[in-house]
Amino acid sequence: MALTGLEIYKLLPRTNCKKCGQPTCLAFAMKLAAKQAELSACPDVSEETKAKLAAAAQPPIRLITVSAGSKKVEVGNETVLFRHEKTFYHPPGLFVRVRDTQPEEEVKAIAAQVASYGVERVGMHLGLDGVAVENASGKADSFAACVAAVRSAADLPLILMSEDPGAMAAALEKAGGTMPLVYAATEANWKDMAAVAARAKAPLAVRGTGDLSALANLAESVKGAGVEDIVLDPGVRGLAASLAVSTQLRRLALKQNLRALGYPTIVFAGDGAESAAEETIAAGQAIAKYAGFIVLDHATPASVYPLLTLRQNIYTDPQKPIQVSPGLYEINSPQPASPLLVTTNFSLTYFSVAGEVEGSGFPAWLLICDAEGMSVLTAWAAGKFDAERISKAVKGSGIADKINHRKLVIPGFVATLSGELEEELPGWEIRVGPREAIDIPAYLKVWQ
Amino acid sequence: MPVTVNIPREKWTGAIREITIGATSAEGGTRSRRVTVGGETTLPFLHFEGQIPHPPVIAVEVQDRYPQDWSPLLLEAWGDVLQSPTAWAQKAEALGADLIALSLKSASPDGGNTGAAEARETVQSVLKATGLPLIVYGPGQAEKDNEVLVAAAEVAKGERIALGNCEDKNYRTIVAAALAHGHLVIARSPIDVNLAKQLNILISDMRLEMDRVLMDPTTGALGYGLEYTYSVMERLRLAALTGDSMTQQPMICTVGEEAWRAKETKVNVGVPEAWGDWRERSVNWEVLTATTLIEAGADIVVLRHPESIALVRAAIDRLMTA
Ligand code: B12
Ligand code: SF4
Repeated sequence: MALTGLEIYKLLPRTNCKKCGQPTCLAFAMKLAAKQAELSACPDVSEETKAKLAAAAQPPIRLITVSAGSKKVEVGNETVLFRHEKTFYHPPGLFVRVRDTQPEEEVKAIAAQVASYGVERVGMHLGLDGVAVENASGKADSFAACVAAVRSAADLPLILMSEDPGAMAAALEKAGGTMPLVYAATEANWKDMAAVAARAKAPLAVRGTGDLSALANLAESVKGAGVEDIVLDPGVRGLAASLAVSTQLRRLALKQNLRALGYPTIVFAGDGAESAAEETIAAGQAIAKYAGFIVLDHATPASVYPLLTLRQNIYTDPQKPIQVSPGLYEINSPQPASPLLVTTNFSLTYFSVAGEVEGSGFPAWLLICDAEGMSVLTAWAAGKFDAERISKAVKGSGIADKINHRKLVIPGFVATLSGELEEELPGWEIRVGPREAIDIPAYLKVWQ
Repeated sequence: MPVTVNIPREKWTGAIREITIGATSAEGGTRSRRVTVGGETTLPFLHFEGQIPHPPVIAVEVQDRYPQDWSPLLLEAWGDVLQSPTAWAQKAEALGADLIALSLKSASPDGGNTGAAEARETVQSVLKATGLPLIVYGPGQAEKDNEVLVAAAEVAKGERIALGNCEDKNYRTIVAAALAHGHLVIARSPIDVNLAKQLNILISDMRLEMDRVLMDPTTGALGYGLEYTYSVMERLRLAALTGDSMTQQPMICTVGEEAWRAKETKVNVGVPEAWGDWRERSVNWEVLTATTLIEAGADIVVLRHPESIALVRAAIDRLMTA
């Protein structure tokens, strides 16, 4: 955690020699704390101080990267307990588990599905992140073959799951060219597992048994054996226990700056869940409550799509709504006789409306009013989507020269604006459209 | 040197108020049981840190007219009972509801425009049909809300029902009705800590005891503003636990209504294949909205789909077993 100016001051030579360009050591310390100066500007600072400041500058939760080809999952480096305090930065990676006891064709099919799954939402591409391969057979060669099968089907980030260091070493060879997460070092195998991970320079997950002191010591041991990139599985399962321990870990890292547990976590949403729906609930909790990696067993589109949507929601910056640029958008090559619709520049609103117009097949002009990134009703209630703003958008867009009619369709929810708008836009006819975007295609069908 | 981890426990100074809905014969009502929510002395389900004396509860939405604008999935799941609020409420009770949230939609000016007389009759018949405590919602238009909620309050005297929604523009009449007939109110404000607080203050200024006020922060569904509701609820809960008295009301979220407005649940034509099976996706949509908000502090969730009731119930049970 960052040190305060006063804490830094105590580490400086305190001679006020001014060689750093500041009048006093205290002034320099304040600049350092505010990140307006570099430590190297002071020529007399001790090695010990340098080390202390470097350690303090490290993020309280280490950033861990797992990758394959151009695909990369980065988790950790979070700075707050609640998203409203700032934002959450690194969305958890969603991995789908296969077991080396499954037929090879099935494994390949799952890997290919994970790779190809994708969906557009609010202008963003959402997808799954990788495959977790479990050595359920307990046999080293089956495990290696399964990893090879996954690799042959898709170039995806991997989590390799085995407690046998020998099997892990063989699997890592098959995963060559990727940077997988090695899962897991335990009390029983950590020496050998850490050696295997260190050799491959791969991040290593440590699995505890519910006791956080033991988990911290295990993580320290692994670190001592040369593995810096660590992921934590505290070893608890179930909704209540997982919530408690993930909260404790996040607090320990952020509030106590406990380095030994300053790592992202991994959650197995399917463990202990009695159905796909229950697993989805557990995964939802993990998304909102601090997981770094989430492993799914039932990854059907009907559960993955809601989970990806939840992840998108929770990881949106609360300070700025996702927005599109205001202006005139052409959908399905509109002609002079095509209808003109107006809405706000909140991405969710824009994509709801644009998606329906596009899907309808009818050409239309869509005018996006600058409503400071708010939805129709929110903007209306905040005075950011009123007759004045809409008429300004109409006039500024040059639409009048592109169409041969003077009809403007407004969202059904703001029907009350029509009177004022007719005053602001003389000669225009204001049409009240449907309330919900889903009803736009039917509306356009009868639009004249 | 071995590391010893001290489990971090916050010392909260505030608690959520305990609120009881419904009255049995012992309290002068006719309900077969009462439902108490609130009382938490820590953040949701952090059993290691404080008390969670009452689990969150599930209210099931029942309307007083056939909900023809609902998703076909809901119409199919409920079947014929949707024709009658009493049969509907009974089925909801059989499916494990803790509360019935009766919505007097037929009073809406553009959907029947029924009045006080019909409201009285509906509330009375639903009270007879089920032993569960009741929430009664007006159609959401200030004038009509006043008309039908006052009627509901009169006819349900002694039953300790919850009247919704009190908003800044119409809280006076509804609070007065609650005061006169011994009911509770639901104070709804648009996703804003200060507005929620302000409305609670206005209501408390009318001398309604604060253990008769539930607070609705306004729900955005998954993909449709969920993150705003989620964060405002976390902020309200943090304010309550750090001692801000006017934020210490249990929270109610109208999950079903919002989740089933989403395109993802409403339709299945022309939607991407990546959305998956319609029914499974839709139930997940409602359930994930519910469980996410329950973990942000919701004490009551109002649900629509029968399967969601069972799934959310199971999740609550698991969250309550420390
Ligand atoms: C999330 C949210 C917020 C977020 C903002 C999100 C954002 N970036 O806009 C926050 C928390 C910041 C917020 C703030 C406020 N909010 Co607000 N908010 C919501 C909420 C929950 C969801 C809005 C949303 O995102 N909807 C989804 C989008 C896609 O909907 P939409 O833009 O309307 O688009 C749909 C249709 O309109 C249609 N459509 C859109 N464009 C067009 C165009 C045409 C031509 C057609 C035909 C159709 C069409 O298609 C879309 C899909 O169907 C709603 C309540 C609810 N559950 O709906 C309240 C709500 C909109 N908010 C409300 C209010 C009052 C406010 C505040 C004024 C409160 C306050 N005083 O602070 C503030 C205003 C902001 C400010 N002062 O800074 C009220 C508005 C009441 C009213 N009827 O006037 C609502 C309805 C809540 C309520 N019931 O009281 N809000
Ligand atoms: S150069 Fe170093 S010792 Fe000299 S004033 Fe600056 S901080 Fe102090």
